[in-house]
Amino acid sequence: MKWETVIGLEIHAQLATKSKAFSAAATKYGAEPNTQACAVDIALPGVLPVFNKQAARMAVKFGLAIGAHINHRSVFARKNYFYPDLPKGYQISQYELPIVAQGKLTIELDGVEKVIGITRAHLEEDAGKSLHEDFHGMTGIDLNRAGTPLLEIVSEPDMRSAKEAVAYLKKIHELVRYLEICDGNMQEGSFRCDANVSVRPLGETKLGTRAELKNINSFRFVEKAIDYEIERQIDLLEGGGKVVQETRLYDSDQNLTRPMRSKEEANDYRYFPDPDLPPLVLDAAFIKDVERTLPELPAAKRARFIKDYGLSAYDAGVLTATREMADYYEQAVKAAGADPKIVANWVTGELSSCLNRDNKEIGQSPVSAAMLAGLLARIADNTVSGKLAKEVFEVMWQGLGDADAVIDKKGLKQITDGAAIEKVVDAIIAQSPKQLEQYRAGKETLFGFFVGQVMKATQGKANPAQVNELLKKKLAP
Amino acid sequence: MAINLEQVGRIARLANIEISPGEAAQTSAALNGILGLIEQLQSVDTAGITPMAHAQEVAQRLREDCVTEQDQRESFQAVAPETEAGLYLVPRVIE
Repeated sequence: MKWETVIGLEIHAQLATKSKAFSAAATKYGAEPNTQACAVDIALPGVLPVFNKQAARMAVKFGLAIGAHINHRSVFARKNYFYPDLPKGYQISQYELPIVAQGKLTIELDGVEKVIGITRAHLEEDAGKSLHEDFHGMTGIDLNRAGTPLLEIVSEPDMRSAKEAVAYLKKIHELVRYLEICDGNMQEGSFRCDANVSVRPLGETKLGTRAELKNINSFRFVEKAIDYEIERQIDLLEGGGKVVQETRLYDSDQNLTRPMRSKEEANDYRYFPDPDLPPLVLDAAFIKDVERTLPELPAAKRARFIKDYGLSAYDAGVLTATREMADYYEQAVKAAGADPKIVANWVTGELSSCLNRDNKEIGQSPVSAAMLAGLLARIADNTVSGKLAKEVFEVMWQGLGDADAVIDKKGLKQITDGAAIEKVVDAIIAQSPKQLEQYRAGKETLFGFFVGQVMKATQGKANPAQVNELLKKKLAP
Repeated sequence: MAINLEQVGRIARLANIEISPGEAAQTSAALNGILGLIEQLQSVDTAGITPMAHAQEVAQRLREDCVTEQDQRESFQAVAPETEAGLYLVPRVIE
C-alpha cells in the first residue's frame, strides 16, 4: 500500500526579552542555578504576575510578518499539570484566544514553492529545568528558565515529508532571527520543536492517529526523528497493528522514538482563564507602532538582491540566510563600489569558509565589511592579484591589519612594471632552451610551464595578464 | 450530569489529591451539588454574549521589559526541604 505522511509542527521560540514574561527577573542563559528565579517564578504564595510589554510587541511582530490576524483581545489561561519544574502546578498559556491567528509562510523545496498554514501563535511561559543526574536518588531543579516568555507557533498539518518539515522549521528559524524576537539557539533550547506525525493510505482524506515527537533539538534530528517515526507507524499498520495517540521522545543516540510514560495520563489539562491576569488588550496604535519596526523580510530581501545586484537565486539565498550576513554584504558592496557579483563570491567563498573553519558567526568576523571592501579595491586597481588577495585575506583574518597594511608588510604588491617583468621573462627563457625548442616545434602546452616559472620567480606577484602577453610575444618563433 | 466515584478518582489523580474511599463519596455529593447549580445557570440564554475572561471589566496592565529583581536564592532556599549546588532537590522524576 502507498502511504501518505502528514506532519504538523509546534515550535517554541523563547522571546529575546531581558526580563521574564510575568516577573522582572532576568532571562539571561547560563546563570548559576536559581539565581534568576524570583518569588513570582518559584510561585511563592501571594505573588501576582504582570505581563511584559516587550513580549507582546514581539508576538505581534511575528504575527504581522506571517500576514496573520492579530487578536486585539487575547486571554491568558492556566494549563494544569504537575511536574517539579513547574512550581505553580500550571503553566500560564493562551488557549481559546491566542494573540496571533491564521498566518502563513511560503517554503521552498527543490525549487518548488509551497504555502504552509500557521494555525496560531500564542504566548506562554517556559518551565524550569529538571536535572536527572543522580543527587542521592533525587532530581535537581533549576528554575532560572521558569517564566521565560515563549511564543508557541502551531502549524497546520500541511507538511508531507520530513524534508518539508525541516524546510518549514528553517524558514521560521530564519524569520524569528530576522525579526530579532528570538536568538534561535537550538543547543541552548531557545528554539525547540515538537512534531505531530501520522500516516494514512494515499488518497484517504481523514487524518490517521498521530504521535507527538518531543525532544528534537537540531534540524538534522528533526528529519531523522520524523523519518524513523513514519517508518515505525507504517510497519505497525502493515503488520495489522494500530497507532496509539501518545507522546514519544526522540533518542538521538539510538535514532529511535519511544513512548514517554510520564505524559500518559496528563492529557487533560483543564484549561481555564487565569483569574490573576485580565485579558491582554492591544489597541490599533500599539499594533501600528510594532508595524513600523518590521524589517525587510527574507523573501523580499532575496528578490531585491537578485534584481539589484544581479545575483543568482542560490547566492541571494546564501547571502540573505541571516540579517547579519545580508547587512555585511550590502555594506561591502557600498564601500567597495565593486562588482556586486565579485563581492558575493568573496562573501560566500573565502569569508564563509573562514567563518565555518573557525566556527564563528559573521558578527565575530575579524575582517569587517569595510576591510573586505578595501581588499577588493586593491584587486580592482591591480595592486594585488586575485590569487594573492586570498593570502592577504587570510592575514587580515588573523587580525594583522587592513589590506594596504598587509600588502605592504608582506611585500605582496603586484608587479606591474613591464620592464621588471620582461627581465624575469627573458631570464626564464634563457634558462630553458629545451622547452623553448619544443614549444616552437609546436608543443603549445608548454606555455603553462613558462607562466609557472615566471610566477614562481616573482613569488606570484607578477601581473598575470602582462606575463601572458610578454610570453606570447617572446616565445613566438 | 452526575459525577460518579470513578470520575472523582480521576479528578483527584489529575489534581494530585489523595482521597480515601469515604471522602470520595462525600466529594462526589459535593461536586454534584455544584454541578446542579451550574445546570441551573446554564438554563439562561447566553447566545450572542461574549464569554467573560475575567470577573472585572479590566485589561492587563503591561510592564516595561526591565530587570529589577535581585538574586534571593539564599533566603528562598533557606525554607526548601532539600537543596544542593544551588538546586532544589525533589523526589526522583523518572522519564
